[in-house]
Amino acid sequence: MSAPTHAKGLRITLRVWRQSGPSASGAFETHALESVSPDMSFLEMLDVLNESLVGTGKSPISFDHDCREGICGACSLVIDGHAHGPDAETTTCQLHMRHYRDGATITVEPFRANAFPVVRDLVVDRSAFDRIIAAGGFISVNTGSAPEANSLPVGKPLADEAMDNAACIGCGACVAACPNASAMLFVAAKISHLKLLPQGAPERESRALAMVEAMDKEGFGNCTNHYECGAACPKGIPVSSIARMNREFLRASLKSSPPRGAAPEGA
Amino acid sequence: MSDTTSKSGGSRLDSKVPSGPMAERWTRHKFDLKLINPANRRKFHLIVVGTGLAGSSAAASLAEMGYRVTVLCIQDSPRRAHSIAAQGGINAAKNYPNDGDSVHRLFYDTVKGGDFRARESNVHRLAEVSTRIIDQCVAQGVPFAREYGGLLANRSFGGAQVSRTFYARGQTGQQLLLGAYSALERQVGAGRVKLLARREMLDLVLVDGIARGIVARNLVTGEYERHAGDAVLMCTGGYGNVFYLSTNAKACNVTATWRAHKRGAFFANPCFTQIHPTCIPVSGDHQSKLTLMSESLRNDGRVWVPERSGDKRAPNEIPENERDYYLERLYPSFGNLVPRDVASRSAKEQCDLKKGVGESGMAVYLDFRDAIARDSEDAIRARYGNLFQMYERITGEDPYRVPMRIYPAVHYTMGGLWVDYNLESTLPGLFVLGEANFSDHGANRLGASALMQGLADGYFVIPATIASHLAGRKLAPVTTDHAAFAEAESSARERIARILSVQGKRSADSIHRELGLTMWNQCGMARDKAGLGQALEKIRALREEFWENVRVPGDSKNFNQTLEHAGRVADFLEFAELLALDAREREESCGGHFRTEHQTPDGEARRDDEHFSHASAWEFKGVGEAPALHKEPLNFEIVHPSTRSYK
Ligand SMILES: Cc1cc2nc3c(=O)[nH]c(=O)nc-3n(C[C@H](O)[C@H](O)[C@H](O)COP(=O)(O)OP(=O)(O)OC[C@H]3O[C@@H](n4cnc5c(N)ncnc54)[C@H](O)[C@@H]3O)c2cc1C
Ligand code: FES
Repeated sequence: MSAPTHAKGLRITLRVWRQSGPSASGAFETHALESVSPDMSFLEMLDVLNESLVGTGKSPISFDHDCREGICGACSLVIDGHAHGPDAETTTCQLHMRHYRDGATITVEPFRANAFPVVRDLVVDRSAFDRIIAAGGFISVNTGSAPEANSLPVGKPLADEAMDNAACIGCGACVAACPNASAMLFVAAKISHLKLLPQGAPERESRALAMVEAMDKEGFGNCTNHYECGAACPKGIPVSSIARMNREFLRASLKSSPPRGAAPEGA
Repeated sequence: MSDTTSKSGGSRLDSKVPSGPMAERWTRHKFDLKLINPANRRKFHLIVVGTGLAGSSAAASLAEMGYRVTVLCIQDSPRRAHSIAAQGGINAAKNYPNDGDSVHRLFYDTVKGGDFRARESNVHRLAEVSTRIIDQCVAQGVPFAREYGGLLANRSFGGAQVSRTFYARGQTGQQLLLGAYSALERQVGAGRVKLLARREMLDLVLVDGIARGIVARNLVTGEYERHAGDAVLMCTGGYGNVFYLSTNAKACNVTATWRAHKRGAFFANPCFTQIHPTCIPVSGDHQSKLTLMSESLRNDGRVWVPERSGDKRAPNEIPENERDYYLERLYPSFGNLVPRDVASRSAKEQCDLKKGVGESGMAVYLDFRDAIARDSEDAIRARYGNLFQMYERITGEDPYRVPMRIYPAVHYTMGGLWVDYNLESTLPGLFVLGEANFSDHGANRLGASALMQGLADGYFVIPATIASHLAGRKLAPVTTDHAAFAEAESSARERIARILSVQGKRSADSIHRELGLTMWNQCGMARDKAGLGQALEKIRALREEFWENVRVPGDSKNFNQTLEHAGRVADFLEFAELLALDAREREESCGGHFRTEHQTPDGEARRDDEHFSHASAWEFKGVGEAPALHKEPLNFEIVHPSTRSYK
């Protein structure tokens, strides 16, 4: 995707979603940028734009970001229709302007989903993900009670597959990319990570039931096998995990152990 | 602020280090501490600020024990705390590889690695609990790397002579934090922890001299909140962003610790900052942060510069005999694996000699050509594939063909709020955990030791030591109606209103950048008295500039990221002065603190144990006033100070 660079940098036209608050109606705003350095990251381009907005007393564009190296999951943005932009397995903060042509027009929107209400401009509220984890995305082990680490061997292939799923950064791109705004890939990644490890076995059923229940309660849609989530995922979480999650849920429903509520008193 | 610092003779610092044989101190101390009976724990409400490794592990563990906990963080989710970004690994004295490691050796290496400026008893405790951290994380489902036989894999890291580092690909911090976060969320689900995300602590509230709460701002609505409790735990991370460019996440700040300092908590060793040798160099004025390339790369990459100053040929055109592999030349026994401070300073020296490479001349090569020829490209890809990909994304260059360009960057801060053996600051009831405190790494932190310390503090130390305060002191009931809360809230409001009212011409970001440049040039890898004096003047001038000329659009009644950032910059502008002052006061070179006046004839750091074998703990006396210096003498009972040599 690399493009010839303009001597003085790139001229870029940005169409950015602006929305002053959760209940306000939003609209696109257009900004022309002269001489964007090809070495800039996409977020650095927004920084530069924001500096000029501050300079003229206008309100800068709000967007979430923190680590700026693809691991914290804070950055988001739908760029030209793609969650985290056009590059495979790349978060927005890792996207660099050298991938754009001089004169390009780029449309920037927030991650849209009913379960992710807009906070302001490009910032959305993804706390639904935390609540799903709180419902069951853990192994119940109190500090201090753990056995010696090597007392439980885990085959390397299994540990590697667990890690593939544990690599999820909780950014929500899967939800933003899905036509149904489904959170299945996010939930499947956690269920898979913990199911694949022997440590996770004792709570296998209660975890699947509780997490799926919480997911439904948050208002995420259903999976109808578009697999846009997998294409958008910056960490390459395998979509086959969704099938595993469905099996886990079915298995747990058949065994119909009562859904887990709060951890037992004194836990 | 006047240039002279007032020195207090009588020390108010009681480190509360237990007596007895080193290896028994922690056990004995735990026995001597009072206990709180399980039924009584729910009567206590603890406020935890920060959800990195330290905060999440502390909040989860204390809630499991039965305490009521409120936890706050700046990010939208506790899982996004800066700990998530740690790549390389976590140390523990498990000795699985049977290569001679032990609690004693980890203790020894950490004291020595810290250049004899850490408190021995704390370090010993850290080494002791390290093994249980791994047990805990594995039980939580942290997917550490494993051998084919199913047991845990280890690697050697940061020049350690034994393999004691546990890792999860290049995402160890992420996996450890997700483990602690899952434990925290379990307690949230159980109703024992109240989680408040997108909150910023703006002040500490003292009632009768005891930390009894905080004032925070809801970053979405702009509302001010008062939280009262029986203790405050600050787990707010490091202050590396005072340099503007660093490997820290953008939200990392000094605000929480600085505001606590202004309320009376002593700040220790602020000048001990760590500069990591292998980061991707700055590419232009737009640069917003720097990216670390894991130092594991130095296991296979060879560092070099052209032998001739000003040689601008492409790296592959420079023949072997015109390359200077300067680390291998200067440090034959450690070569490319010398500790971070030494590797960083050497890179700077080469660039100062105009041998630096790349467009800016502020970089050196890290070359994998020989490793690829020796082990094959596939082998190198298997080891470092994700790092090479990250490098290529950022620079647009392919490190399999062209050597990487690297340069040092600010990475970690060893200084922090002074704490005693219980992790309690000089303010009763205020505990400080993780990177925010100062105690375990001395003047230089070894690789893979910060994760260990954050989790040691949160999982194992604070659950025991918090009782020293809760059971040891009489705590009268306090509510947020207390006048101290009103006073703290109005001072937080007033500061924000003042920032908004300036309506000048400069953005907070541009002032922050300028501050960062001063700190980097005059208070970075090499420091001297004159330069530090200039830095102090510049910092004061910038602070004035900020309060006269900053421009922050919008208001404080809704989500306003520019305002958040401006508030943090205002605190950095006060804190930077203390950092520079501490650097000037410490007339020696040790660890990450290198004073050019104090070096050996061949350019190595010269420590001065006779005059500086102490932690410098600073007491706030007012903005623009000279702070008071208190010294905690450091006694080395087991590891006797020697000169670090990596030749
Ligand atoms: C790129 C990188 C790689 C690293 N790799 C390694 C490694 O391989 N091994 C190793 O041992 N160490 C490594 N480190 C160091 C290590 O990651 C950190 O020292 C450690 O994670 C700090 O943890 P913490 O819990 O103290 O703070 P943090 O993780 O920084 O968390 C701070 C928390 O405090 C909150 N906070 C801050 N201020 C406020 C406020 N005013 N109000 C409310 N909340 C606030 C934040 O929201 C956050 O939740 C690395 C560091 C970097 C930068
Ligand atoms: S800012 Fe952290 S993943 Fe993009």
